[in-house]
Order: sequence, then C-alpha cells, then structure tokens
Amino acid sequence: MADDTAIAAPPPPPPFVGPLEDRDRIFTNVHGFQDWAIDAAMKRGDWDNTKDLLSLGQDAIIDIIKASNLRGRGGAGFPTGMKWSFMPKESKDGRPSFLVINADESEPGSCKDREIVRHDPHKLIEGALIAGFAMRARAAYIYIRGEFIYEAKVLFAAVEQAYAKGFIGKNACGSGYDFDVFVHRGAGAYICGEETAQIESLEGKKGQPRLKPPFPAGAGLYGCPTTVNNVESIAVTPTILRRGAAWFNRFGREGNRGTKLFQISGHVNKPCVVEESMSIPFRELIDRHCGGIRGGWDNLLAVIPGGSSVPLVPAREIMDAPMDFDGLKALGSGLGTAAVIVMDKSTDIVRAISRLSYFYKHESCGQCTPCREGTGWMYRMLTRIVEGKATLDDLHMLKGAAGQIEGHTICAFGEAAAWPVQGFLRHFWSEFEYAIVNKRFYVDDLAKGQVATTEQAA
Amino acid sequence: MSAQPTNTTAPDVVNIEIDGKALQAPKGSMIIQAADKAGIAIPRFCYHEKLPIAANCRMCLVDVEKMPKPAPACATPVMEGMKVTTQTKRALDAQRNVMEFLLINHPLDCPICDQGGECELQDVSMGYGRSVSRYVDRKRVVPDEDLGSLVATDMTRCIQCTRCIRFTADVAGTFELGGMNRGERLQIGTYDGKPLMTELSGNVIDVCPVGALTNKVFRFRARAWELVARESVGYHDALGSNLFLHARRGEVLRTVPRDNEAVNECWLSDRDRYSHQGLLAADRATRPLVRDGDAWREASWDEALALAGKLLKDAGESLGVLAHPATSNEEGALLAALAKGLGTGHVDHRLRATDFADAAFAEPFELPAAELENADAVLLVGCNLRHEVPLLHQRLHKAGKRGAKVFAINPVDFDFTFPVAGKRVVAPSLLPGALAAVAQAAGATLPGGVPAEAFEAAQAMAEALKKGGQAVIVLGEMAENHPQASWLRATARALATASGARLNRIPQGANAVGLARHGLRPQGQGKDAGAMLAQPMPAYLLYGIEPQYDFAHGAQALRALAGAKVVAFAAYASEELKKLAQVILPIGLLPETEATLTNLDGTDQSTQAGAKLPGDARAGWRVLRALGGQLSLPGFTFTDLAGLRAGLQPQAPVAGTGLAAAPTSEPGLERIDSTPIYRGDAVLRRSAALNAHPLTVGARLVLHPEDALARGLSEGAMAKLGDGHGNAVLPVAISARVAKGAAWIENSYEATAPIAPAARLAVVGA
Repeated sequence: MADDTAIAAPPPPPPFVGPLEDRDRIFTNVHGFQDWAIDAAMKRGDWDNTKDLLSLGQDAIIDIIKASNLRGRGGAGFPTGMKWSFMPKESKDGRPSFLVINADESEPGSCKDREIVRHDPHKLIEGALIAGFAMRARAAYIYIRGEFIYEAKVLFAAVEQAYAKGFIGKNACGSGYDFDVFVHRGAGAYICGEETAQIESLEGKKGQPRLKPPFPAGAGLYGCPTTVNNVESIAVTPTILRRGAAWFNRFGREGNRGTKLFQISGHVNKPCVVEESMSIPFRELIDRHCGGIRGGWDNLLAVIPGGSSVPLVPAREIMDAPMDFDGLKALGSGLGTAAVIVMDKSTDIVRAISRLSYFYKHESCGQCTPCREGTGWMYRMLTRIVEGKATLDDLHMLKGAAGQIEGHTICAFGEAAAWPVQGFLRHFWSEFEYAIVNKRFYVDDLAKGQVATTEQAA
Repeated sequence: MSAQPTNTTAPDVVNIEIDGKALQAPKGSMIIQAADKAGIAIPRFCYHEKLPIAANCRMCLVDVEKMPKPAPACATPVMEGMKVTTQTKRALDAQRNVMEFLLINHPLDCPICDQGGECELQDVSMGYGRSVSRYVDRKRVVPDEDLGSLVATDMTRCIQCTRCIRFTADVAGTFELGGMNRGERLQIGTYDGKPLMTELSGNVIDVCPVGALTNKVFRFRARAWELVARESVGYHDALGSNLFLHARRGEVLRTVPRDNEAVNECWLSDRDRYSHQGLLAADRATRPLVRDGDAWREASWDEALALAGKLLKDAGESLGVLAHPATSNEEGALLAALAKGLGTGHVDHRLRATDFADAAFAEPFELPAAELENADAVLLVGCNLRHEVPLLHQRLHKAGKRGAKVFAINPVDFDFTFPVAGKRVVAPSLLPGALAAVAQAAGATLPGGVPAEAFEAAQAMAEALKKGGQAVIVLGEMAENHPQASWLRATARALATASGARLNRIPQGANAVGLARHGLRPQGQGKDAGAMLAQPMPAYLLYGIEPQYDFAHGAQALRALAGAKVVAFAAYASEELKKLAQVILPIGLLPETEATLTNLDGTDQSTQAGAKLPGDARAGWRVLRALGGQLSLPGFTFTDLAGLRAGLQPQAPVAGTGLAAAPTSEPGLERIDSTPIYRGDAVLRRSAALNAHPLTVGARLVLHPEDALARGLSEGAMAKLGDGHGNAVLPVAISARVAKGAAWIENSYEATAPIAPAARLAVVGA
C-alpha cells in the first residue's frame, strides 16, 4: 500500500543504561588502587591544563554544565548548572561570593564522598576551582564530616599540594584568578549536611537550618551569596568540561543523565561503591557489581535505594526498575545519594525501622516543633512495638505522627525522618500488626517454621 | 481598552487576600502582620512583633494559594495577589498537629503553674488541642537553671520557642541565653549557670508564652484573675515607662509593661518591674510620728499637722524646702505654693547637683526618646546610659544595629551593648576639656574660660555630629551632677549649635522636668539645694527624701539637718530620718496615689492608684492641702484632685548663663560619683530582689590598675580613703575601664555616704 512507502523517522536510540565501560569512568581511583597524591592524580588526568578550562569563561562553563544536565548528587537532584547561574554575576555591594562544598556525608548507607575525598581528592579540589571560578566565588569551603579523620587528613594534605603547585591560591593555575580553598571539619551532626545548617556551622554557630528565603545564593555564608554543592557534583565537573556535555549526556535516561557513584550495602554478596551509568536497572547493578543478592533474587525483601531518608521499595517493584531520579520517584521513593541498602528476607522490618527512627530522633536539631517532638514520639512508638507493649492503635498513631511531621518543618529533615517510617508502614503493615498482636517478630517465627508462607499455604 | 483593575495602591504596598478579606500590606511584611492588623487570628508561639522571626514553632501554618505545603504565616512575605486562607482543613490540621506535638512533652501542670490563666499555650490549646492526649510515654523533664533573683525557671514547661533567646540577643544585646543540646533534648539556658545580668531581664517573662520563665518575686503569690490592673508609670527614671500595677486587695504583687511606642514600647526595665517589692518595707511610715524628746510616738493627723504647721510658720522665710525629684506635679505645685505662702524662696529639687551657676533645670529632650533609635550619630557625655535609663540604652542598641555611630566621653569606659565608634575616658575634671575639644573641632565658639584639651577621636566625633541626619548629644548623670556642670552644658549647647546636633539632657529624677515647670525651684533670691545644705538653715521641709542617700553629699546634708528643725514628709520612717526630724508625716508613694509626672520628652503622664495606702498614710497632695488649709495659705482652697489640677500653671524656667569657677588643682584621686542602678531612691533601696541582683555590686572603690599598683592595692583588698572631711573603708576593685587618676565610688550606700561627690581622695591600704 502506498501509505506504507512513507519512511517513518527512526525512533530515537534507547538510552544507554550501562554497563559503563572503564574509559567512561570519571572516578578512576575510587577504589584507591593508586596513590591519591597530586603526582599520581596528575597522571590520571587531574589538573591537566586547568587554565584552558578556566579560559572558556565563566558563562561558558555554566552553559556546559547546564547542557550536561548534571543534577546535584547530594540527594535532591537539583540541576547543578541552574544552581550556579543563580549566583550574582557581579557584586553590587562589595560582598564576595562563596562556594561551600558539602562533604558532611552522614546519610546512613551513603559512602561515596568519603571514597572521593580519600582516593581522588584532587578531582574535588580542581572541581572547586572550576566551579568557584564559574560562579565568581572568592573561595571554597569544604565542610568535611567530623568522623572522617583520615579523609580530612588527606584533604588537608591535598589542598596543601594544590597550593604548592600554584593550582589554587593567588593566580590559580596561572589564570589570573585568585581562589582559596579552606577545609573545615564538622563535629558530627547529621543536620550539618543540610545546606543552611552547614552555613551556620561554618560561621561557628550551632548547626541549625535557616529560614528560606533568603536563599543562600542571596545571603548565605557570612551573609554573602553562597552556593552549596555536594562533593560528587563538584568533583565531576572537570571531567565534564574536558569530555564535553554531549559525552555526559550519553549516559542515562532523559533528565537523568550522566554517571553516578552507587554505594550498595546490605544483603548482597559483595557490597561496593561503583561508578555506573545513571538509569542502570537495579538487577544489572547488583548482578554485575555485587555478585547478586545474598541467597538469590528470590530472597530479596526490599531495598532502600537512596540512603535511609527515602522510603523503601519492595523487591517485586525494584528488581527491574531503572536506578535514577525519575524512575525511583515513580516507585514512591527517590534516588537520594544512590546509597542502595539491600535487605533480604532475614531482615526484620520492624526492628530495622525502629533503629532508623532512633537515628532521626538523635540527629534532629530541635529547632522546630514537629521534628523535635515528632521524631522522639515515633521512636517511642516503634520501641513499644519492638518491646511488645504496643496496641494496634499505636500503629495508626505512628502513621499519623509521620504524616504530621512531613511538610511542616523548616528544613527537609522532617521528611527525611517521616518518609522511611511511611515507606515501611506502607509496604509492610502486616509485619507490624504481626509483631503487635503476637508480641513476636514475623521473620523469627518464619525462621522457626512457626508460620506458613503464602506459597506453603497454597 | 479592556477593563484593567485600576491600581491605586502605593508602590510599596501589595494587595493580598486573607480568608477572603482584601487587604493591603507593606512590601516585605509577613502574612501574620497583615492578619494581625486586620484582626484575623492566627495562633503563634515563637512569633513576637518586636523580635526577629524564627518560624520554629510552626503553629502559624496557613494555606497559601499555589503553595504545595502549608506556609508559616510569620515567615512568608506577602506578595501581590497572594490568597491566604487560615481556616481550610489543611491549615487547621497543620495547626492542630503542631499543637499536639507541642503538648506531648509539656507537663500540663497548669494548676500549679504561675502562668495559668494567662498562658498562650493554654489559650491556644483550648482551640487547637485534643481534649485527651494520645501520648502515653514518659514526658521530658528538663533541669532548671538559677537565673538569679528576678526570673524563676521551670524549664520542663519550655516549648523551645526561643523568644527569650532572641530577646537577650537582639533587644537586650547580652546574648545570655541559648539552646543547648539538640533534638528533643534541646534546652534553653545560660550554659555557664550565671544569673541573667541584663537590666531588662524581666522581659523574658513577658515574652515567654508558657510558664517556663516566670516572675520570681510574684511566684506563687496570686492568680492572674485575682489581680486588678491599674495604669501607672515608672518613677525610677525620667523615661516614665508605662506600666500596669497588678494588685490584689490593695497590695501590688507585680508590675507589667503597658505598651506605648513613644516611651517604652512593650518593654519594662527590671528597676520598674521589681521596685514594688520595696513599697511595704518594715520601716514604712504608716502613722504620723512626732518627736517626744529622744523618743518617737504615734500621733493623730491633727496633732502632727498642727506641730508641722507651727514649725513651718516659725521658720517662715528661713525655711528650706527640699523635695525628691520624683515628686509628682501636683505635690510639687502645692509645695511651691506652701513655700510662697510661708514667704520663703529657698525651694529646690536638684538634690544631687553640685553646680548651680547656670541655674539649669531639667528640660525635655530635643530629640524625643522614640527617635533615638533613628539617630545616626550620638555623643554620650558623662553618661552610663545603660544604668541611668535602661530602655533608652535599648533604643541606642537599636540605633547601633542600624549602623549609628555612638561616641562616649566618660570617666569610666562603661559597658554598652552597641559598638562605640570612638571614646575618650578621662577623669571627671577633664570631661569639660574633652567635650570642648569636640566643640572646637566642630567649629563652635567655646564659652569663656572652658579650656579645650584636644584628643585623637575629637575630630571624628565632631565630623559625625555635623554629617547630617539625626545627631544628638546626651548629657548623663555624671555631666549633669558634675562640679563644672555649667561648663559642660554650655559647651554641649555650643557644640549642638555648631554641628546641628540636638541636645538631650537626661533629667536627674523621674519628674525633674515637671517639678521645674511647676515652680519647685528657688524663687527670687532663694537658695538652691547646694547652698541650703552648705550653710545650715534653721528649719527644713524634706519631701520624700532619705537624707543620707538622696543628696549629693550625704554627710554634709546630715550635718546641716542635724542642727535644724525638720518637718519630714516621708514614706519611710528610717532610723536616720528619726534622728533629725521633729515630725514625720506619712505620705503615699506613686503606685499608691493618683498623680502626674512629666517625662523626659516633656509629656505629662497620669497614674492611677494601684495600691492601698498603708495605715494612716495619705496621698501627699491631701496632706499638703490640709497643712496649707490649716495655715490659711492662698491656693489651698480646692476640694479634690480635679480642683487641684485645674489650678496648676506650669511654666518652663529660664536658665541662666553663669559658669562655675575653674576647679582648683589638688592632689589625690578624683572621685567618680554615680548612682547604682538599683539604689537610686528609697523604694529601690528596699527592694530585696533588686538588691540581691548582681548589678548591685555594693559599696566599693574601683581603681585603674596603675593607680592601684601605685598604692599597693589588689583586688578585694580594703582601702582607707578620705577627702579631708569624711573617711570610708571600702573594698577595692580593679578595672582598666576606670580613668587613670580617678576613683569610682557609687553613691547611695551607707559606706560611701561620708565622701563628698567631687572629692580629691587620699587612698591607702587598710
């Protein structure tokens, strides 16, 4: 038929979703097989003619980052280039601008920034210079988690090395741009990973999130325009500039481009930190890099795909899901920091969330009411369930309390504390009921053969 | 053209809608401010209109159109066309949810809580709380801290709204409170366990929405609903802070501020808040007392008035009339009329002044108190503003935050909460020279005989005062009571004229402005207070005075009074007064009477009687009316207070232009004389809580380290000092803040009374 002779436009090629080849990896020393220090880093390509990258000009750098579709790697996934473009192009009142790099990696499950800092610190420092230059910042402050003692030592030394080579400091890399990098150690508070609390802490105050507005890009550190970026977001920028936005766009699905450090922990055969393409299917990520689920795929119970603050996803939903921002959002969860916590069927859901809720109770800054009072309340209700002292009313109250916290707080900690509870309850309500009614745990009884599974019953 | 909505609003105003009500609100203001103005109730705990916004209680969450989450009304700026709803299910749910969170760890011990009945948490929980708590776990218990003698704590009740933290940080400027720990263990406290040192500490009680911070003096004394509120004013400084006396059955149990933006805003100094404790001291005069040889006996009013009338009439034109500068206008006018009727012109209220050469009286501020916060340049001269008028200091603190340049020429480098842009700290005798240097730098013609002694910052001070904007020179206690006060006043006037700055002289006494207007000042050839006491007179009328403390030179006053016939109108029959008076007529204090005081802006402020007069004591104007009537003097024919007030004819005095003689140079340390913050008058000296406060440091001698070293004195040592007439033994404190060559000795203590106010002192170790 005549109509069939019309040639349809070829369908767009399916997005590349892994596996990533070695030549496309940004973090070539993420496992620390080589030296972290500057000479080795330069051999790996860091600090390679950084002056040329700077000579692209500030707006061009931001445009490339925008074109690369890099989304912030700290958890929220805000487009990095757009964030940089919020910074003032010139100071109207003499205030300098600052870049703050968030290395306060405290999210349970998350351990990528640590690997970058201890094995590839020069990627971060070079990125700091480029990002700082692009947003016209006077200096970068790297806020590193207090517990990272070895990492802080490495970072201090790496900054020294970069100064000694003239890569940062006055006339950084011979570009004529003056740029300083300071390393500031935190004191072990999870909330200081929140950008405005981090700014408060950097200023020497108690780490408590600030009200927004004003946003940091208007009035941040010391009241000056500030951008807070995650370590990984900054550390990938030199490579993006060198290899081009198009290269970065080759990986992952639309809106979720690039490569990403995944940190897989829990019940897999080989937990690891690995750089992979965005949108890689969960099954492939686990099979290729982690040696599969402990006890096989049938033994998978649930996964927390983005660090403890995102809701968990049950096995059947996540197995073939793409690991990216939008794919996990569609499952009612989120990519977060890509800290994948895998739980097999030996996991007791009730005790797991009880432990997580203790973390949030302990780390709430206490500034605003719902989080201050609600995290403790949730923890107590969960403790009662664990101790066999709860009623079914408590379970409904727990669900209610989580909903009462969410969306009512100054910062996102409220959501971070409420979402895991909501996720666990949404998918495993019956296990909580089991624990309350029987004052025993479902998994324990299952192991003892005291309950019949649905398959056995059938 | 299509029908465009006509935009008639000013450019800095936006149109919003709250609960369907169209409103206009200034750009940048918050939803809650617009709602408050429109009378739309939004529950809140952390928001306070005078404090920075924290938005941490989350009680004021409201629904804003197009916002995905409920927004805090206190921290969401209004936008053009914004539509806010406070009563939707989402908003009400959010508020109820927060209320539940606030209550889960609140003890709900309302029956034993002082705040019960006036508690914001209690009130709001009636509307938003559940009737039965769902929280079954153990509640949080928080250890209490001792915040000193004024503020009681029950920190378990705290809801962490941080109003008190923001008050001490932002209004008081002392940063004394903070939040310790985190999460649900967050607790508010001082961390170091020291008492609150700010002179405004009582305000944390008012801002606290719950019973965590309560009034220690009032604690467990009464319920809020048992109290009767009466409007009155503060009478310990010339600001005249507006306040309510809360009394039960005629006894003032507490004092709370009454909002007046022009005077005290919504604050109250601790001095005005806690002084009521002194009203019913043990030595309160409750019956007329007459001397019977060396003994005293109670007498009837008839007998006492007859005796007083006879003494006064006998003295006639050689009578000296001295009244406390906090005496009300009504009493002052009657005293003036009494003196006139008796034929004496020896009348005065300037008890602490030592230089009367220019016949200066208190005059209203040229830059009103409320405007001080808008000042761009301020020069403080001889002024410890923080202790003299705490709430004026608070206004300057605001000015300082705005970037105002505040300078000081002082004998002590006093502690202010605002940054001091430049200062000159010199011994008292060098104050006129330092001020003259600034005047000279500003191009003023110096009054004759005042030498200018140039110093480094003088040029900067002069330039800042001349720069334009609001500039003001403030003369404080140590300038007004300076032995060459006339020099300072004349030089300050010349500087003001040359620079365009205003001149604010702090009135020395709560009603100094009013008394000067109502004729309580030397008439004709009448002597001033200094002359009356320097050369003893045969008879005195003392009105509301404690002679050993209230005069510039207590010892000299006691000597003069000891040999004279003394008729004392007094609220307290102190032992000292009993030693020298012939008759003591018990009169009411300001909180017990209806009266009018004129504040430092020249505003007349009337009070209601809040407390019952103790015993047979009577309001001063009634006693004076009876006495004047008995002596058949003109002007005493009125029958009530309204009649008295109708006859008042205030008239501002005309100041002279005389200048004091130059001081003679003598050896020894110069005394710096100042009034302690909580010892300024008879009532304050009897207020136990204020006297237990660490700001009441006790009688002491403060020396510059070099002066101390030269005399071999160390901190805490006892030093013997003398001015050739009087001697004292005082503990030594050493501070580099005191000018070299000077010795700072506060007055109003028994131990410091023998020393003359402007003495040259020989100091040795005791």
